[in-house]
Amino acid sequence: MDLHDLYRDVIVDHNRNPRNFRPMPDADCHAEGFNPLCGDRLTLYVRLEGSVIRDVSFQGSGCAISVASASLLTESVKGRTVEDACRLFGTMHAMLTRDDSGVDVASLGKLGALSGVRAFPARVKCASLCWHTLDAALHRQTEPVRTE
Amino acid sequence: MSRAAPVAVARPALDVEAIRREFPVLARQVHGKPLCYLDNAASSQRPQRVIDAVSAYYETSHANVHRGVHALSQEATDLFEGAREKLRRFVNARSSREVVFVRGTTEAINLVAQSYARPRLGPGDEILISWLEHHANIVPWQMVCEQTGARLRVTPMTQSGEVDFEAFRSLIGERTRLVALAHVSNALGTVVPVRRFIAEARRHGVPVLLDGAQAVPHLPVDVQELDCDFYCYSGHKMCGPTGIGVLYGREALLAEMPPWQGGGDMILAVSFERTIYNDLPWKFEAGTPHIAGAIGLGAAVDYLEELGLDRIAAAEHELLQYATVSLSGVDGLEIVGTAPEKAAVVSFKLRGIHPHDIGTILDMEGVAIRTGHHCAMPVMEFYGVPATARASFAFYNTRAEVDRLVDGLRVAQEMLG
Repeated sequence: MDLHDLYRDVIVDHNRNPRNFRPMPDADCHAEGFNPLCGDRLTLYVRLEGSVIRDVSFQGSGCAISVASASLLTESVKGRTVEDACRLFGTMHAMLTRDDSGVDVASLGKLGALSGVRAFPARVKCASLCWHTLDAALHRQTEPVRTE
Repeated sequence: MSRAAPVAVARPALDVEAIRREFPVLARQVHGKPLCYLDNAASSQRPQRVIDAVSAYYETSHANVHRGVHALSQEATDLFEGAREKLRRFVNARSSREVVFVRGTTEAINLVAQSYARPRLGPGDEILISWLEHHANIVPWQMVCEQTGARLRVTPMTQSGEVDFEAFRSLIGERTRLVALAHVSNALGTVVPVRRFIAEARRHGVPVLLDGAQAVPHLPVDVQELDCDFYCYSGHKMCGPTGIGVLYGREALLAEMPPWQGGGDMILAVSFERTIYNDLPWKFEAGTPHIAGAIGLGAAVDYLEELGLDRIAAAEHELLQYATVSLSGVDGLEIVGTAPEKAAVVSFKLRGIHPHDIGTILDMEGVAIRTGHHCAMPVMEFYGVPATARASFAFYNTRAEVDRLVDGLRVAQEMLG
């Protein structure tokens, strides 16, 4: 295990300068995520155009992994269909939680930077929180998402 | 903590290196680096002799207690009750009838909440706690308030992390049925000057429970001198096993309280019409107890007393001062909780770096600290932070380990700052 495998340059950059870090007053749906263990909290906003995610943003506070993961998420799902985004959630979840996921990390682009989290079990929930929250927003869940 | 200088025979300071050799875990490596264990407020480590006491019991003397006429049962009973006597002496209870074995501080507080408070509470009655409490000294009272219609009142804390005594004086009143306070704050290390609070409660005729989980490993506790009514503590924070702890209760109060769980060992006679409960303290110890845990805890008491709680307190105070100065020298670091009297706990935040990241980076350096809300979410809320990083020291820690903590924080700053 190497710290630089967890805190890769992409992650450090997205933690320092999170993208799409703003509220969205005209969001079609939003959801809240909460990680009670470390106190990470985020709200994810989505604006849809038909079945396409036209805009996505987030706000909140958390560790470097959770902030960078949410920031990378916003970049990667913008322009995708809801169905496609849900499929990506499945892929990310598998990459983060399973050793035998068979996910082609290279095909994930920047999101592949999160593959190092797998070796740090205590941090997996930090990386997956935003994805669960996106899933909840797209499915119009009103209860906050908890990773515990 | 500051204490009066010992008058008569001042023993030499503790030999930390010799002490460290008694703790097998301190010799191990974590991620290729020597373990630097600074999470003692969550749970301490154990010396070999405590581990040996538990093993020896299982190897030679295990049987159920208070039951058989055979030799092993008698030996197990003698060891178990012998441990109770050590625990009595440890906090200077008047009688071993006042020493109830429980799973830990949490169970002790729940026992008092359900067995002492619940039958006495009605709508409008009040339980008075403080803002500093661990969740274990909040939630059991919320539950009993829900069950009885009583109300939970909370004494505010100050910016330095102390319980506001003047506010306490204005909150305690004729509806107050019980005061429950931390002796030492787990999140911040504040040593609460409980004598003042107890004296004030006495004036109102209100009994006082102290959560001593963080206090007993660090300072001498004398329940008679404190004049408290209940004192709760855990074995695993004072070099003993997990799953064992003690409820000290004033005998007159314990005698009036109904049992809290029913079963074997807590009875004298059972028929379907009527059960006669056992005497104190067994009335509160239903089922086969954690015999090995009690024996191990007794061995931990022997060990701590041999070192001397006064010398332990002095060594930890010295470490606290060194750590406070060293950490204050880290750019962007802010210590959370600055009460004048503290146990060896330093809670802090580091500008621009989340505590969870600090915890992971330090772990890779072999340094174990706690990060998060420390089961004291109201304290975090008070300071407007979701979490802090917390280093907590024991007498077996060294200045060199404090230096490793500081070095690790600089690594975190280089990486994420």
